[in-house]
Amino acid sequence: MTTPPRWTYVCRRDDIVPNTGVAAKVGQAQVAVFRVVAPDGEDEAVFAIGNHDPRSGANVISRGLVGDVGGELVVASPVYKNHFCLRTGRCLEDESWSVPAFQVQVSEDGLVLVREA
Amino acid sequence: MMKMKLVVVGNGMVGHKLLEELVDRPQIEVTVLCEEPRPAYDRVHLSEFFSGKTAQDLSLVAPGFFDRPGLNLRLNAKAVGIDTTAKVVRTADGASVPYDKLVLATGSYPFVPPVPGRDRPGCLVYRTIEDLEAMRQWGSKSKIGVVVGGGLLGLECAKALKDMGLATHVVEFAPRLMTVQVDDMGGKLLRRKIEALGVTVHTQKNTLEIADGAGMGVGGRHKMVFADGSALETDMIVFSAGIRPRDELARNGGLKMGERGGIVVDNACRTSDPDVYAIGECALWSGKIFGLVAPGYDMARLVARQLVGDQAGEFIGADMSTKLKLLGVDVASIGDAQGATPGSLNYLFSDEVAGHYKKLVVSADRKTLLGAVLVGEAEDYGTLLQMALNGIPLPEHPEDLILPARQGAAPKGLGVDLLPASASICSCNNVSKGDLCAAISGGAASLGALKKCTKAATSCGGCQPLVKQVLDAELKKAGVTVFNHLCEHFAHSRQELFHLVKIGNHKSFDEVLVKHGKGRGCDICKPAVASILASVNNEFVLKPRHASTQDTNDYYLANLQKDGTYSVVPRIPGGEITPEKLIVIGRVAQRFGLYTKITGGQRIDLFGARVEQLPMIWKDLIEAGFESGHAYGKALRTVKSCVGSTWCRYGVQDSVGMAIKVEERYRGMRSPHKLKMAVSGCTRECAEAQSKDVGVIATEKGWNLFVCGNGGMKPRHADLLASDIDDATLVRYIDRFFMFYIRTGDRLQRTSVWLENLEGGIDYVRKVICEDSLGIGAELEAEMQKLVDTYECEWKKAINTPETLRRFRHFVNSPEPDTNIQFVDERGQIRPMTRLEKNEETV
Repeated sequence: MTTPPRWTYVCRRDDIVPNTGVAAKVGQAQVAVFRVVAPDGEDEAVFAIGNHDPRSGANVISRGLVGDVGGELVVASPVYKNHFCLRTGRCLEDESWSVPAFQVQVSEDGLVLVREA
Repeated sequence: MMKMKLVVVGNGMVGHKLLEELVDRPQIEVTVLCEEPRPAYDRVHLSEFFSGKTAQDLSLVAPGFFDRPGLNLRLNAKAVGIDTTAKVVRTADGASVPYDKLVLATGSYPFVPPVPGRDRPGCLVYRTIEDLEAMRQWGSKSKIGVVVGGGLLGLECAKALKDMGLATHVVEFAPRLMTVQVDDMGGKLLRRKIEALGVTVHTQKNTLEIADGAGMGVGGRHKMVFADGSALETDMIVFSAGIRPRDELARNGGLKMGERGGIVVDNACRTSDPDVYAIGECALWSGKIFGLVAPGYDMARLVARQLVGDQAGEFIGADMSTKLKLLGVDVASIGDAQGATPGSLNYLFSDEVAGHYKKLVVSADRKTLLGAVLVGEAEDYGTLLQMALNGIPLPEHPEDLILPARQGAAPKGLGVDLLPASASICSCNNVSKGDLCAAISGGAASLGALKKCTKAATSCGGCQPLVKQVLDAELKKAGVTVFNHLCEHFAHSRQELFHLVKIGNHKSFDEVLVKHGKGRGCDICKPAVASILASVNNEFVLKPRHASTQDTNDYYLANLQKDGTYSVVPRIPGGEITPEKLIVIGRVAQRFGLYTKITGGQRIDLFGARVEQLPMIWKDLIEAGFESGHAYGKALRTVKSCVGSTWCRYGVQDSVGMAIKVEERYRGMRSPHKLKMAVSGCTRECAEAQSKDVGVIATEKGWNLFVCGNGGMKPRHADLLASDIDDATLVRYIDRFFMFYIRTGDRLQRTSVWLENLEGGIDYVRKVICEDSLGIGAELEAEMQKLVDTYECEWKKAINTPETLRRFRHFVNSPEPDTNIQFVDERGQIRPMTRLEKNEETV
């Protein structure tokens, strides 16, 4: 039996300071949601990955610095600075530290929705 | 295989060098007899014992060195006799140590003139750590100190007495200071400079007797009576009137001695017994004793080779050129400094205003440099020494080498490319230019790496500028561009970016990135550029255009801890706090259930705050008059102080007042890395200012300013930048120093490492800060004044900015706290629950 996917409203896109993240409660999970904008103001996108940093055990991924490493969009954990790919949650330094990725929708009027895992 | 039994008598610098040369030679079994209670230490830098170095700091022994099998060190084991027939050494405790080969590295002892009263209590010598400890002990109960001897060691010793705060006198038999190294004019200038520092110099004084002083204890324990009828009252006397070889062991063992002492050795450093060698200051070669460490090291290396069967090479005497800093005055002497070569000619330059004296001694045909004397400024020592040693032809106008460069003139001196590969660059460790080049082409591409693999510039350090020049020239030749790019987004160093931000008048990270970088930035360049923008523009760090570039600590204005909570440190300037404010901190901690701990910087750290609690905590703190302590920032942290002259019996200045003054001046200033300061109220240094980026120590006349110290992982004692300066000068120098570091430092480079990487080192910094050699002093001060004038408490600003406050919550879509943050009780306070206690899986 399949249940239809459940989407949780997180916040308005404009509530997130460009190139920063926020933490959101999505079902029982903690999710880090990032709003990414290129320096010229173009290419805007929103990503969501797990907020729990497996290396430190703290729920702080949303508080990391956003950027790119070798062309890949990443966030650096604020605790030990390991990098997570924003699209996949893969940890660049050690795959065993990877975090889950979540699907995101931004509605036409700028509401950010994250799909429960 | 029969092992060779080698006995080495003496574990001084030279004796130890021999051991280092013999490591990993399993065919030799070494016994070292050391009379002193500790193994080898650095006697060249002995006076640093008084500026804070410990016996441990001065040690020359690498960790684990004596744990090697086949290497047996016996401390407190004085050798008292040798029997060259039975081939044994007897020690004071009655042991007999047999040898196949014996090396005498017994060094020298300080000569004490046979003056009646020389053995009175408080009459000391300057040679071993124990001597220094005795000096320190006597120094603490003395007001006046006399050094007998105005040579190199005597002046070093005078510095030690001065560092201990004594009224210091130097008594010299000859008509001038440093008779061996400098000439009359140089000696005169040196004397003037040293007297300007508060040391009284007496020349042509022949001490007849030391008797009871009239001072009845402190202020005149002894009276020195001189042949000219004059007298000098003092509390302690240190004899430093030259050295004599420790040759009694060899003498009693029947080895051949020099007429005036010293163990006679041949070109292989062998004594009259072919199985006994002598090296260092006890050895007499060709009628000469060499009192410097470099020739001693040469002898040690030579004997080490002989012992393993390599007969090549011989000792051919040594260059006695030397460069030192005596009481802060640069003095250098090269080759034939006195112009003893027949027909030699002199070029002299004297600047009594700046206090520089320079002399060149050239050959009669004016083609080669024979010697030189430099007093007051010795920057060209390396260049001149290489010219003299390698016979490099003099330029058409040799005087240009010592005349000050006019503006716009081409840089003088010789390019290192002119040096032959055989040129000895580091004479302490016998490293030639060829050795350096080989190491560079082998991959040593930084000064640090080069020093590590060749040992060049690791002893006296005098050759470091030259080593750096060779490095740069070789890298350039190899077509290597030296990369110090910040990260993949910026092909610039931090210093270049600072400059670009300043001249481009950039206001945001995005602006800088679009103009000078590529991509989107990362966790390396974003905080670095944010720091530069803060240093240049000093805008609120949480302004929307800066928020996304701040590390989490700066973003939440608090310090992230391992469990995702934050700690809070209110500023307590100078560590001074009222009872009322202490109670407020206690109440806030109680109200929010925080763990409290006193920090090393005289503040109070409150741990365990969740993000959503931070604004409420700060509202309470700000209402009580606290402000941000910037413990979260790469910024000035704290100014530690001792209680100073207000309360302390020994304090000579108000250290707390000065600490508060400077903390309030530099609070909030962003820099390449964190900055710590301290102010001590007297030379006892209770605030540990010499371990800080900027340390201030009170003197009778004002303040001594120290810079670039560090505690932490790689401790470094700070260097003295300026002495006895008044309040205004102190602040002006600190302004300039901080701004110069902020401009030129690398990302996350503490001042200690910055200094070590700065060409010219502390002398260069002193020129820029104290002499304004770059002409940027006023500019640096203005930049700092702007930061001071635009200071705002970031927390005060934050709690009054609703858009900023909105970010202080854990979930954007729920008011709940993070349930993952859990505490347990320990010693009456909270601590984070461990992952094991939470039953959490770890990776």
